[in-house]
Amino acid sequence: MSTTTADHHHGPAKGFSRWLYTTNHKDIGSMYLWFSFAMFLVGGTFALVIRAELFQPGLQIVQPEFFNQMTTMHGLIMVFGAVMPAFVGLANWLIPMMIGAPDMALPRMNNWSFWILPFAFTMMLSTLFMEGGAPNFGWTFYAPLSTTYAPPSVTFFIFAVHIMGASSIMGSINIIATIMNLRAPGMTYMKMPLFVWTWFITAYLLIAVMPVLAGVVTMMLMDIHFGTSFFSAAGGGDPVLFQHVFWFFGHPEVYIMILPAFGIVSAIIPTFSRKRLFGYDSMVYATSSIAFLSFIVWAHHMFTVGMPIAGELFFMYATMLIAVPTGVKVFNWVTTMFRGSLTFETPMLFAIAFVILFTIGGLSGLMLAIAPADFQYHDTYFVVAHFHYVLVPGAIFSIFAAVYYWLPKWCGNMYDETLGKMHFWLSFVGINLTFFPMHWVGLAGMPRRIPDYALQFADFNMVASMGAFLFGASQIFFLFIIVKTIRNGKPATDDVWGDSAEGLEWTIPSPAPYHTFTTPPVVH
Amino acid sequence: MRTSIAKTSLRLLGVSVAMFGFGFALVPLYDVFCEVTGLNGKTSNQAYESVGADVDRSRTIKVQFLTTNNDGMAWQFKPTIRELRVHPGELAETEFFAKNPSASAMVAQAVPSLVPFNAAEFFHKTECFCFTQQTLAGGQEIMMPLRFIVDQDIPKDVHTITLAYTLFDVTSKASPRVAQAN
Repeated sequence: MSTTTADHHHGPAKGFSRWLYTTNHKDIGSMYLWFSFAMFLVGGTFALVIRAELFQPGLQIVQPEFFNQMTTMHGLIMVFGAVMPAFVGLANWLIPMMIGAPDMALPRMNNWSFWILPFAFTMMLSTLFMEGGAPNFGWTFYAPLSTTYAPPSVTFFIFAVHIMGASSIMGSINIIATIMNLRAPGMTYMKMPLFVWTWFITAYLLIAVMPVLAGVVTMMLMDIHFGTSFFSAAGGGDPVLFQHVFWFFGHPEVYIMILPAFGIVSAIIPTFSRKRLFGYDSMVYATSSIAFLSFIVWAHHMFTVGMPIAGELFFMYATMLIAVPTGVKVFNWVTTMFRGSLTFETPMLFAIAFVILFTIGGLSGLMLAIAPADFQYHDTYFVVAHFHYVLVPGAIFSIFAAVYYWLPKWCGNMYDETLGKMHFWLSFVGINLTFFPMHWVGLAGMPRRIPDYALQFADFNMVASMGAFLFGASQIFFLFIIVKTIRNGKPATDDVWGDSAEGLEWTIPSPAPYHTFTTPPVVH
Repeated sequence: MRTSIAKTSLRLLGVSVAMFGFGFALVPLYDVFCEVTGLNGKTSNQAYESVGADVDRSRTIKVQFLTTNNDGMAWQFKPTIRELRVHPGELAETEFFAKNPSASAMVAQAVPSLVPFNAAEFFHKTECFCFTQQTLAGGQEIMMPLRFIVDQDIPKDVHTITLAYTLFDVTSKASPRVAQAN
């Protein structure tokens, strides 16, 4: 083989076309991660507009119409643009390396599923500059607010959702096909790392519910443009139907954003506890149970629409049941750390913060699950506090942890531990300052999605806004740390974290070569 | 290897397509579910064929009528009587008044909702203006009849039924016909 063809096969092409045409899982993983970080900053900027307006009571900075667009776009961008693509990026990078596969099973589709995303989000963000403004009906886009009363830009929103749905479905098909067909010899299902397991289950959830989301926005499209009446009572439809179909997608979606996080934390905690993960099998079963339960609890988001008592009770008990498998997981993480020889590197700090703060978010979730109490909490800042506690120190902290943990393997350089710890503490303080006071103002009755509030909520809102700006600024610092690591970090060793880190990804050199496991490793 | 990847992918693609269909299947499923359980206070939109049954004079049910105009609906719309006391099994009758105060013909659709939900399936309408769309010329008034029977099997804890009608302007959806009428 001549050197030119060797280059052609073993090194990436040069310039922009490398990224445009790449079918390499590492390139695509990196693009997903950078894209999601860009979206994280955009969605974060929207959040800061919201917090700036809420710094004081009264209207100071933006008009209520624009405020509504900000809450909507913040939610949509963070859910579909930041958290989900970040997890898909991690899956692309890690799953082939963890199961000893040379690449994803469907590399060309992989390229496509990434490259349609920038178009979807360009379309979504372009609505901000359209006449009538961007979607302003909240990220849950309840009909008839999103149909009869929507701005004209809603059509662009619908197509953007279609495209990102298609991207997620293709990504999931790819992940399942990879896991089912490309595991190295000896890598049985019950030997797979938990990150692979949780993604395997997440991918099934995505395939089950993203088409339902596509369906519900299609119904909206038909109601708006083709004269159907799916959600219009005048024509025999029902607006409450929208909420049922939306949350049939929406609740599994919540777990799509947290199950991969469970996998990440289950990889990091054993490494820095220098012990094996406690209860691997029960972790797998707990993840599957959570996935199953996610399909039968959707109406707990809509206790107040008017349901028969039997329905309220069913959804209330089913929701509370989720605490059991989740409790199993938290128990296993704590037990893994128990009597371990712990060290507190940045990934471990984020992982421990994940366990503690996610549990707080889970607990407020249990409070919301109690149907009669939910009538009081519904649509208040308590709900906002709850889901931000599971999403920010849950999903996002786990992504930070994963980046610090695997970045040395990806780029071959070690990040600066002091800076990493600073980023952790700034984020940790920022997030708690932002979201903890929301519990209190929520319980005291402050409604969500409103740009103004009663005077008695002023102090806590000011604290929350300051925390939000601290958290936002520390993510710019995070960007600096990443760039510094990639450009001139100290070279990392091949096993990066020493003996205690388990997994095939630590058996390959750092940085990971462009092609890995072209001959499958044998797993014992 | 290649064939097994193709097989997995095709199967998963099939699942996605099926779930897209399932999203739409939820629409009729929801309607059936609501009708069976009376969820959402949905009453039947078909006229009830009355069956010979005894009137249960031991019980009296208070039936209240409410009317609401949907956003932007200009019609006057109100019940002639606010409240009726009926015995289960008895055929009762009342009328609703509607007037189109605008200058042009309009089409309206009344949509009923009933509380408590567990009474919905025991409230039978033998005749209702809500079964069809109402077309009124500009300035025209109409008295619209409602005949109903409260079923003898209505749960014992139900003493009051509230029937609420919301009136929607559907002129634009029914426009071709109205345009001809104009």
